[in-house]
Amino acid sequence: MSENKVPVMADLAAEGREPEILFWVGCAGSFDQRAQRVTIAFAKILNALGTDYAVLGKEECCTGDPARRAGNEFVFQMLAQQNVATLNAYNVKKIVTTCPHCFNTLKNEYPSLGGDYQVIHHSQFMQQLIDEGKLVVEGGAFKGKRITYHDPCYLGRANDVYEAPRAVIESLDSDFVEMRNCKSKALCCGAGGAQMWKEDEPGNSRINTKRAQQALDVNPDYIAVACPYCNTMLTDGVKEAGKQDGVKVIDIAELIAMANGL
Amino acid sequence: MQFVQIALFILLSGASFFLFFKQAKVIYDNIMLGRKEKIHDDPAWGLQQMLIIAFGQKKMFKITSAALLHLVIYVSFVITQIELLEVFIDGVFGQHRAVYHFFESHRLLFFQQLYYLSINMIEILSLLTFAVTIAFLWRRNIIRLPRLNKPEMDGWPRKDANLILLFELTLIFCIFSMNIGDRALQLKGGNPHYPALNGGGFLLSGSIAPLLTSLPEGLLIAFERFGWWGHIIMVFVFLNYLPKSKHLHIMLAFPNTYFSRKQPKGEIINMPQIMNEVKSMFDDSFVAPEVEGEMKFGAKDANDLSWKNLLDAYSCTECGRCTEQCPANQTGKLLSPRKIMMATRDRIEELGKGIREHGPDFSDNKSLLGDYISKEELLACTTCNACVEACPVTISPLEIIVELRRNLIMEAADSPAEWNNMFTNLENNQAPWQFSREDGMNWADDMN
Repeated sequence: MSENKVPVMADLAAEGREPEILFWVGCAGSFDQRAQRVTIAFAKILNALGTDYAVLGKEECCTGDPARRAGNEFVFQMLAQQNVATLNAYNVKKIVTTCPHCFNTLKNEYPSLGGDYQVIHHSQFMQQLIDEGKLVVEGGAFKGKRITYHDPCYLGRANDVYEAPRAVIESLDSDFVEMRNCKSKALCCGAGGAQMWKEDEPGNSRINTKRAQQALDVNPDYIAVACPYCNTMLTDGVKEAGKQDGVKVIDIAELIAMANGL
Repeated sequence: MQFVQIALFILLSGASFFLFFKQAKVIYDNIMLGRKEKIHDDPAWGLQQMLIIAFGQKKMFKITSAALLHLVIYVSFVITQIELLEVFIDGVFGQHRAVYHFFESHRLLFFQQLYYLSINMIEILSLLTFAVTIAFLWRRNIIRLPRLNKPEMDGWPRKDANLILLFELTLIFCIFSMNIGDRALQLKGGNPHYPALNGGGFLLSGSIAPLLTSLPEGLLIAFERFGWWGHIIMVFVFLNYLPKSKHLHIMLAFPNTYFSRKQPKGEIINMPQIMNEVKSMFDDSFVAPEVEGEMKFGAKDANDLSWKNLLDAYSCTECGRCTEQCPANQTGKLLSPRKIMMATRDRIEELGKGIREHGPDFSDNKSLLGDYISKEELLACTTCNACVEACPVTISPLEIIVELRRNLIMEAADSPAEWNNMFTNLENNQAPWQFSREDGMNWADDMN
C-alpha cells in the first residue's frame, strides 16, 4: 500500500521539499522490537491523517539523554551537536516524538547548543488533533475496558504534561482509572537516568516490579504508557507478577491506531 | 535591681546578636566557597516564587495534614515577633508593657484594641502550637513516621529535631508564665510596676490569673520574671542554635525559593567548556569563547558544586519528603536524597573550617564523592525528579547527584561496565545498543 510509506527527510530534501513536521523516532523506536510497533502505529496515524511529515532515518542519532544523565557529557555533546547540525541543515521547525526522553532533551537541552525547535510529544500531537476534530477516534474496541495510565517522569514531572495523554485515553470511551500514585506523585518505572542499561543497585525489589504492582492494584485490562522505556519496564513487571495474559501494557499511539483499525 | 536587669538585658542581646552574625558570616562564606553561577536575572519572578512557595507554603500542601500542623507553628512564629518588639523595648528601658501604656496615655484607642487583638492571637496560637509541637514529638518518636526515621536521621539529626521541639515547648510555657504572672499581679494591685491595663486581662492568661491572686506577691513576681527572662533567653538561645541546626530553614527558605531555577525540571545544566571543546573538534575554525574558571568535570568535593547547591544544603530541614518519594529509596536502595543534602552541608562545613584555619589550599584528603556520598548511592538514581518535586523549598538533590556522577564517570573513570558498553555503542553506532545506524529504518518494512 503506497499510503503506508514513511517519508525520509533526505529524499524530500532532494526533491526540494521541506515537510511541516519531523517525526523523531528515537533509538528505542528504531531498534527495540516492542517500541518499533509503537513507531509503526504512530506512523500509520500520521499517514491516515495525511500529515506532511518525514523521519531522519539513518541520519538520526541518539539525543544523548542516557549519556548526559549517566554523567558522560562528552558523549552527550558529540551526539547532540551532530543532531543539531542535521536538524538545522534540514531547516527543521517542528518535531514530534513518541519518546519523552527525546522530547525533553530536544525541547529543553538543545536550545543552549543552538538548536531551537518547537517540540511536542505524540500525546500532545494527538490531543490537539482530537480537539480540532481532525482525529476522530472510534471508541468501539475499548468500550468498557479498564485502562490505567502510567506517567513517564520526563513527560510529567520534568515537563508538566499530565493532561494530554489522559485526554487521548478518554477519547476511547473506556473505563479510565487512576493509580493511587499518579501525575506529579507517579512512581518512576525504573529506567530513567540511564538505569535502562544496567541492573538496579542492591535493594529489596526492582523499581519496575513495584510500579507494575501499583498498576495491577487497580485491576486494569490495559496499562497505558507513553514512553518506550516505561513500556519495557512495566511489561517486565507485569510478567514477573504472572499477569501478562490478562493485562496488556500498551502505548497510547497503539490504543488510537487499534481503535481506528489502523 | 532595675538597673542590673537593664544592663543584663543589653549585654545578653548584644552578645547574642554578635554571636549570631558571626555564625551567619561563616555560613555565608561557606556557601560562597561554591562555584559562581547566575541562577536567574528576574527579580520579579524570584519574589513571586518566594511569596508563593516560602511565604505562602504552597508546596507544603502536597501533604495536607503535615501542612496544616506546620502552618500553625509558622503563623504563630511570625505573629509572636510582634510581642518580641515590646519585649525589647521593655528590656532596654526597664519598663513594663511600654507599648500598651504609650497607647493608653495617648488615648490611641484603635491601637489599644489592636494590641489586645495581637496578644490574644498570640496566646491562642501559642496554645495551638503547644499542641502541635506535642503532636510533632509524638509523630517523630512514638508513631515513628517512616520518613522521619530513616537511617540518616540516627544520632545528632534526631536529637536536633527533638531539641527544637523542646525549645518551642519551653518558649510557650514562658509566654504564658509571663502573661499569667503579670495579670495576677495587676489583679492583686499595689505594685506600681504592674499597673492594671484598662482593657482587662487577655483571653487565655486572663482567665487563669484570677486563680493565683492569693499567692504572695514575691512568688508572682518571680513567676512573671521567670517567664519574661525565660522567653527572651530562649529567643537568644534559638537564634544562636539555628546556624548549627536543620532549623535554619526558617530563614533560608526565603532566599532559596527566590533563587529557584527557571529552567524546566527536565533540563540538566549545560557544561559550556565541554560544549566548546566538542564544537572545536567538529569545526576547526571554531574559536571557543573564554569561559570563566578552570575546566572541571563535575564535582568531586562540596566546593566544586554551585553556590546554589550549598544554599540548598543549608536550607534543608530534613523533612524527608524527597526520600519518601524516591523510587530507589522505596525499593530499599542505599540512595536517600535527604542524605545527599545532609552530607553536602556536613562536608562544606568541614571544608570551610579547614580553609579558614589553614588557608585556601587546605586538604584533608577527603572529598564529598567517596567519603560522604558513595558510588552505589549515585548509581541508584533514576533522575526521575520525584525528590525535586517533593521539596517544599525548591531544593534539588538531583543537581548534586548529576554533578557527582559527572566526576565519577569523566574524571575518576569509575563507570559500571554496562554503562561503558552503552557509551561505546553511542560512540560507534550513535545508539545505546549494538545496532547499526544503517538498520535504523528497518521498522518501516513492517508498515503494511
